Amino acid sequence: MSEAVISLRNVSKSFGSVHANENVSMDIYKGEILSLLGENGSGKTTLMNMLSGIYYPDHGEIKVNGKVVNIRDPKDAFDCGIGMVHQHFKLVDVFSAAENVVIGIKREHGLDLRGVSNDIRKICDKYGFVMDPAKKVYDMSVSEKQTLEIIKVIYRGADILILDEPTAVLTPQETEKLFDVIRNMKKDGKTVIIITHKLHEVLSISDRVAILRKGEYVDSIETRDATEERLTEMMVGEKVELNIERPEIKEKKIRLRVSHLSCYNSDGLKVLEDVSFDAYGGEILGVAGVSGNGQKELLESVAGLQNSMPGASIKYYSPDDDKEYELIGLTPRKIRQLGVHLSFVPEDRLGMGLVGSMGMSDNMMLKDYNEGRSIFTDKKKPRELAEQILNDLNVVTPGLSTPVRRLSGGNVQKVLVGREISASPAVLMTAYAVRGLDINTSYTIYRLLNEQKKAGVAVIYVGEDLDVLMELCDRILVLCSGRVNGILDGRSAKKEEIGRLMTLVSAGKEKR
Amino acid sequence: MQGFISLFQAAVFFGTVIMFGCIGEIITEKAGNLNLGVPGIMYLGGISSLAAVFIYEGSTDTPSSAVCVLLALLASFAGASFGGLIYAFLTITLRANQNVTGLALSIFGSGVANFFGGSLNTLAGRFEQISVPVTSAAFRQNIAPLANMGIIGKLFFSYGFMVYLAVILAIVTQLFMQHTMTGLNLRTVGENPQAADAAGINVTAHKYLAICIGAGICGFGGVYYVMDYIKGTWANDGSIEKLGWLSVALVIFATWKAKNAIWGAYLFGVLYWMYLYIPGLTRASQEIFKMLPYVVTIVVLVFTSLTNSREKQPPAALGQSYFREER
Repeated sequence: MSEAVISLRNVSKSFGSVHANENVSMDIYKGEILSLLGENGSGKTTLMNMLSGIYYPDHGEIKVNGKVVNIRDPKDAFDCGIGMVHQHFKLVDVFSAAENVVIGIKREHGLDLRGVSNDIRKICDKYGFVMDPAKKVYDMSVSEKQTLEIIKVIYRGADILILDEPTAVLTPQETEKLFDVIRNMKKDGKTVIIITHKLHEVLSISDRVAILRKGEYVDSIETRDATEERLTEMMVGEKVELNIERPEIKEKKIRLRVSHLSCYNSDGLKVLEDVSFDAYGGEILGVAGVSGNGQKELLESVAGLQNSMPGASIKYYSPDDDKEYELIGLTPRKIRQLGVHLSFVPEDRLGMGLVGSMGMSDNMMLKDYNEGRSIFTDKKKPRELAEQILNDLNVVTPGLSTPVRRLSGGNVQKVLVGREISASPAVLMTAYAVRGLDINTSYTIYRLLNEQKKAGVAVIYVGEDLDVLMELCDRILVLCSGRVNGILDGRSAKKEEIGRLMTLVSAGKEKR
Repeated sequence: MQGFISLFQAAVFFGTVIMFGCIGEIITEKAGNLNLGVPGIMYLGGISSLAAVFIYEGSTDTPSSAVCVLLALLASFAGASFGGLIYAFLTITLRANQNVTGLALSIFGSGVANFFGGSLNTLAGRFEQISVPVTSAAFRQNIAPLANMGIIGKLFFSYGFMVYLAVILAIVTQLFMQHTMTGLNLRTVGENPQAADAAGINVTAHKYLAICIGAGICGFGGVYYVMDYIKGTWANDGSIEKLGWLSVALVIFATWKAKNAIWGAYLFGVLYWMYLYIPGLTRASQEIFKMLPYVVTIVVLVFTSLTNSREKQPPAALGQSYFREER
């Protein structure tokens, strides 16, 4: 085995009373692709942030190429040849790609954007990226932004690249492209550390897997010796059943009938076109599609947050009085009261569902703001609810009043989903409910959704992972460019079939 | 014609004061700090220069114009930067709320300046009105041969050197922001301090420097007001304050670009003084005209919001304090 480029010895870091990392000792070898695996809040990002100079370890020692180094800020990290692509991109929206690449670098020729652009093109050719140096970041897609971040790090001469959950926001095709680039880097002699939750990705890309659990280093194994079950066990510390349950419910009642729904977005582009489907109580309806193909608008239309074109109809069949209601034209509040609940998990989790600076209990109260009779708030019920969610879903938080933005992504997610479910809806819509969550938490969420299904709720599950959709959902609706390309049976659907429908843009249009 | 010339000249005098304030505030805001203390800082700049040259002119029988000018500029820069330093320490190091700190600085600056201004008036003795004739004359010295060239001379060359200094500073600031590495780094700090930090830029140092230099330039507005606009004396009437707020409005009007501050400042000057040149206005309707610069700012805000252009927005992290280890 080649020599260690980075050696960590007894590295610890805590935030207040929370120990993010405790006595982590591990080695990273030259020229390898190392996966760093662990549940949410197991301290992967914190550990890597200490290598990239964002955090400074409380104690412990970091050696780079055999020399003890003191990484006080990102500049020191660059000097050691370490570059990190953060999960939340650190780009300036109003700058061009070239400007973003060059910021913070001392250059002999001053701000010479033409020279920088040429350098960017060279890097692109070498590793197989596509990037226009003059393009502004606000015009870029998520995957382009990520490409830019990687170019930025390579431009600074990094030999050790850290990628924090790079595939969380990418489509399968984009992920493949990224992996090709990573393999090219390895060929070039660079060391790559990749943080990810997706086990099949770990197995396909990495040479070795290192596992963290609750801030401590567990062990590392060669990828060729690893299996999904083995990795999960090491990560969680106990055996986890990796099968998703799919109970068959006999009695299905229609809850929602959407017909001829069309929507335009704020730029005047058609995002939904003539969408029609039914959703039944006691089943999970999966919605598959490359993200940004109308999923968000579809759910928001049902929740009353989108304006639709005339001619559309969204019928809701209430379980309480067996009456049917037309949802189009109703206010979001009225729709909620009828029992249609939307739990939307956008890329920015705190954007739409929770208030970041408020604690768990206060966040519980948000949806019932108009219920109280007295001028004083009743804090008791929300506190009880918060406690219940805390216990049921194992939310890790210092306390109920700790601002939720201080919690890790997975825990924020649990709070949000827990609250939506607690309102005992008749239709529960979730979008990307497990995005960025680790295995254990994801399975908790699947279990919760199944419980809702058994209780007769119509669950609409917008997901990204086709394997999960095929295991969890009774029916799968495939969206592409705002059209329904097909509704398949979850039990018999083939992955290839779904994948084909997801990308069937032109063919679908020609048919009609 | 005569009316047009005098309106133009009045606009230039007025515009120069707020142009300095605006350039300084643009530099500050580009670093992500909204300093609402501009009026206070202008006061500090004005009183520091006045006090320094008053002492100097009193200490010698033959004060030199060059020394007077230099002393006035240095003193004002020092005084105003000190105000900026207070603001920087509170908002960057202690991470106090920027709006509150800025407003407090406005009140503090005007209080300090008017206190010492009153004291200087008392010191000045029998006339009860301070004057620094040598300095003021040096500041008001126009470009003599050119200024006599008829209308052109009156319109463009009849002013003291500060008028031209302001324009040059605006151009230099524009070039600095757009075409230098340091300018790019500074803008990064204001747009996305996390990105700046991750790129190895020292966020704190950039902010401190930008705020102190920005405040120093705002202070020049105070000097120009004291030495040229009101001819080397002190007035406790709060008119610097008014001009300070207009500088802040001008930053928005100029959409955070120093080059726009040049014509914007003069336009504000024209709008502000127009009421004197429109016949038949009563006292009440005059006041409506004095509002025009603010109305124009609001209109600009409405339009920039409507066009939704990303290039015309304030720095994205404006008003937020930055702490690296925040989760």
